[in-house]
Amino acid sequence: MDSSNRPAGGAGVPRSAATGERSEVILRVNGTTYTLAVDHRATLLDVLRERLDLTGAKKGCDHGQCGACTVLVDGRRANSCLLLAVAQDGRRLTTVEGLADGLRLHPLQEAFLARDALQCGYCTPGQICSALGAIREAADGFPSYVTPDDARSGAPVELTDDEIRERMSGNLCRCGAYPRIVEAVGDVRGAAATGDAADTGSRGAGEAS
Amino acid sequence: MKPFGYVRAGSVAHAVQVAAERPGARFLGGGTNLVDLMKLGVESPPLLIDVSRLPLDRIEELPDGGLRIGAMVRNSDLAAAPAVRDRYPVLSQAVLSGASGQLRNTATTGGNLLQRTRCLYFQDVTKPCNKRAPGTGCPAREGAHRDLAVLGHSEHCVATQPSDLAVALAALDATVHLHGPDGERGVPVTTFHRLPGDRPDRDTVIRTGELITAVELPPALPGLHMRYRKARDRSSFAFALVSVAAVLAVRDGAVRHAALAYGGLAHRPWRARAAEAVLHGASATEDTFARAADAELAAARPLRDNGFKVALARGLTVGVLADLAARA
Repeated sequence: MDSSNRPAGGAGVPRSAATGERSEVILRVNGTTYTLAVDHRATLLDVLRERLDLTGAKKGCDHGQCGACTVLVDGRRANSCLLLAVAQDGRRLTTVEGLADGLRLHPLQEAFLARDALQCGYCTPGQICSALGAIREAADGFPSYVTPDDARSGAPVELTDDEIRERMSGNLCRCGAYPRIVEAVGDVRGAAATGDAADTGSRGAGEAS
Repeated sequence: MKPFGYVRAGSVAHAVQVAAERPGARFLGGGTNLVDLMKLGVESPPLLIDVSRLPLDRIEELPDGGLRIGAMVRNSDLAAAPAVRDRYPVLSQAVLSGASGQLRNTATTGGNLLQRTRCLYFQDVTKPCNKRAPGTGCPAREGAHRDLAVLGHSEHCVATQPSDLAVALAALDATVHLHGPDGERGVPVTTFHRLPGDRPDRDTVIRTGELITAVELPPALPGLHMRYRKARDRSSFAFALVSVAAVLAVRDGAVRHAALAYGGLAHRPWRARAAEAVLHGASATEDTFARAADAELAAARPLRDNGFKVALARGLTVGVLADLAARA
């Protein structure tokens, strides 16, 4: 498991006390590198949606409570509504748009379709990004609150339905499609193909530019 | 949100120096609480000092057998670390009982200790609140206080400290390490958070410009059993109504060591010294555990709508200690 948090990239972010209200950042999103000046107040979610036209991640609560904005940062899921874009300089970001390989959907996307794991679909991009993160975390030995005490530290955790429910609790679905979401994630658990097109499954933050 | 400056700290010394130069500046770790409070208008710092990339993201063994947890260790990495899971399971359980997978991937150890209360009035800038705006009053005393304090509160504030991590650290006698303009110091986590008194605006004893750099755990002695148990309104992704971190050692049917801390009951993690005094040397029975809980909770002063927390705390205490005694 990788717990590193090394500095990555960073052309225009000031290291002296900045009084300005904007900084230039480099964002690496779904394999494409963007250099742009951002208002310090801008969240990653707003920059993805308003500046980069990546509208897959949704603004639900905007307070980190609903999970509709979930993306992967250096391979790990996070609420993009609570991340300041300026602080993501150099990070490797994956949104739901980066999961499919051309016209070939990611196995999780296929599973959500096959299981009809949605009604309105608003929470679905966040559900799928979160599920991808959850499956990787379990494979990498990250425990959850329901992981048995006697599970061996660092060993992959089997994604039982209870584990899926617990690990997906940060994603709300107002349509109440939870039973189908658990089934869809369950269909993909343990599958080797939990990488994504823009990120061939490599983990960790160590590949600084 | 008001405009603000942003600077990425190059070192701990740099972060502390910039903070000293810019009153009102805030350190940015994971930002899961700070950014939210900025959106709500509760926080409006003129400058954010980004400390998230400082090399404080390691968990290191200490010569005495303890553990040093860097302030920037993410909650999920802390909970997953084999040294924590195997030697301090109560800490891993506490962290995993809080927030969501996404938040735990982002939130840091230091930031977790500094998160603010979730009292509704504190988070609503249209309402009075002595913690947010000193002297304006406390509507929670007569208003929505079901989730708030029953121990140690004052006429000025009935807020609760929301961290699960801090509760486990209190039972483990951890030390918070701070670096500030006047140098470094260590503060026991049990005295790091304050009771509200007449200064509820101050959550902790941290001084202006001080940065949390690490949390240190003393060695986990052999024979200790420990457990975190949390009661909440839903079974995941909810703050504690009451939680308890318990550390217990039993030999020949008698309690040899006991450390108890409560969450959800007070303005700080509530180390239950009165309960521990009853437990030490007593027979490890449910009757003893109930007497210990009662000794601690005798000081409770529930508000109109949160009296249920006292019975809940009693039940959790007896249950978790009985579970631990059965393993001993």
